[in-house]
Amino acid sequence: MSNRSPSRSIFRPVNGVDQGIMEDNRKLIADINRRKLLRGTLSLGALTMLTGCSVSDTGPMQSVLRAISAFNDGVQELLFRPNHLAPTYSPEQVAKPPRFNASYEIEEVKPVNGQRWKLELSGLIDNKAPWTAEQIYKLPETEIIVRHICVEGWDYIGQWSGVSMADFLKRIGADTKAKYVSFKCADDYTETLDMATALHPQTILATKYAREPITDPFGFPLRLRTSTKLGFKNAKWITAMEVTNTYIPTFWSKQGFNWFSGI
Amino acid sequence: MTDNVTVKSTRRHLRQLHPAAVRTMHWINAGAIIALIGSGWKIYNDEVLFGWLHFPDWMTFGVWAQHGLQIHFTAMWVLMVNGLCYLAYGFYTGRFRRKLLPIWPGQVISDIKAALTFKLAHDDITRYNAVQKTLYAGIILVIVVQVVTGWIIWKPIQLSELTALVGGFQNGRLIHFLGMVAICLFLIIHVALALLVPKTIGAMITGGPAVPDASDSDPAPLLHPAE
Repeated sequence: MSNRSPSRSIFRPVNGVDQGIMEDNRKLIADINRRKLLRGTLSLGALTMLTGCSVSDTGPMQSVLRAISAFNDGVQELLFRPNHLAPTYSPEQVAKPPRFNASYEIEEVKPVNGQRWKLELSGLIDNKAPWTAEQIYKLPETEIIVRHICVEGWDYIGQWSGVSMADFLKRIGADTKAKYVSFKCADDYTETLDMATALHPQTILATKYAREPITDPFGFPLRLRTSTKLGFKNAKWITAMEVTNTYIPTFWSKQGFNWFSGI
Repeated sequence: MTDNVTVKSTRRHLRQLHPAAVRTMHWINAGAIIALIGSGWKIYNDEVLFGWLHFPDWMTFGVWAQHGLQIHFTAMWVLMVNGLCYLAYGFYTGRFRRKLLPIWPGQVISDIKAALTFKLAHDDITRYNAVQKTLYAGIILVIVVQVVTGWIIWKPIQLSELTALVGGFQNGRLIHFLGMVAICLFLIIHVALALLVPKTIGAMITGGPAVPDASDSDPAPLLHPAE
């Protein structure tokens, strides 16, 4: 029975995300759910069968749900207001330290060596020379004090600064008519932004939090911070950036989270 | 010519208690609401508003949080599209006005008293008593508010003007949660009362008895005689 309850949150799991267990026991789990639901509720006819359908990672139900999620990506792209600024806050309201979010615990963060670290560039970019941390620190800074909203429902106000993504894309000669900007991270995390979001005035490649260099758990030396996406879209410990027209599924979207995840 | 008009007119003035359109929309709505509640509980469990309240996993839809989100963000379209059709139908055909209005506070209180002492008459299921009218009008309003706060939670930045109206993202979450509570309370009362008077359930499946149209207040102008 111990593997019947998934951990409360896959963003803060106790023992990592091993969906294999769920997959292996899918029939058993669905059966338990169905019996208990039937026992526990008034007869709602065919509606109860909703839980009998497997919404797990394979099967026709999952395909339908993912198709609608893709439809929702399109709706969100249409709703996106490129020049609409998120509300900003005063430095007194900033949470210190910021709240940690990743697919593993904060103790498991593997610090990045800032001396050896480089930002690799690829794709539709004129100047693909890699950047060192020192070079990035010298770029003009934009500061945003904005609300971080997690897909789970929590939020905090953070103060981030670093080079504006629009400036950086211009500086490296990126094709800003391309569709996506993709990121690879030191912890093998992957993330992709639509170009409209990348060019939003409140999207930055952050190097500082509350005017101090970002600390290890929060993405040292370089992370993404945008005011218009859910927390998990803000990739940390970025090591490579690609400008592309090819949609690349991301760490969370592969697991069924909505890709666009705009707020 | 006159005969023709009369025939059409008569047919119009008798209709089923719950026309097929209403029944269809009612059950689609019921399905969407159940899916939204079960998946909403899954989403809620990821970051609870109240430390003492977690929904047991067997009561929630989906295995992981992403499944809860997927179901919620699918069922929301069903609810919204169906709900818009229902509102348009209710206003256009005059059903809301005929069935739900007027609601007099005095009558609501006396009907509640009668209901609590099991003296509320329900022989005639074609006429809603004041308690029913209040519940049915109320739940429509609650669902409208629920859709608005749902949009606020989904798009707190793109709709930052709306978010500010409720005093911020977390207030939006709280109101959305309270709306869920209101819908659950409604469901308990609604289902309990329907089970007490089972012919109401039959009526929502088969259409129920034919009822006069109360044509004096019927705004549908298509077949009115040209005098």
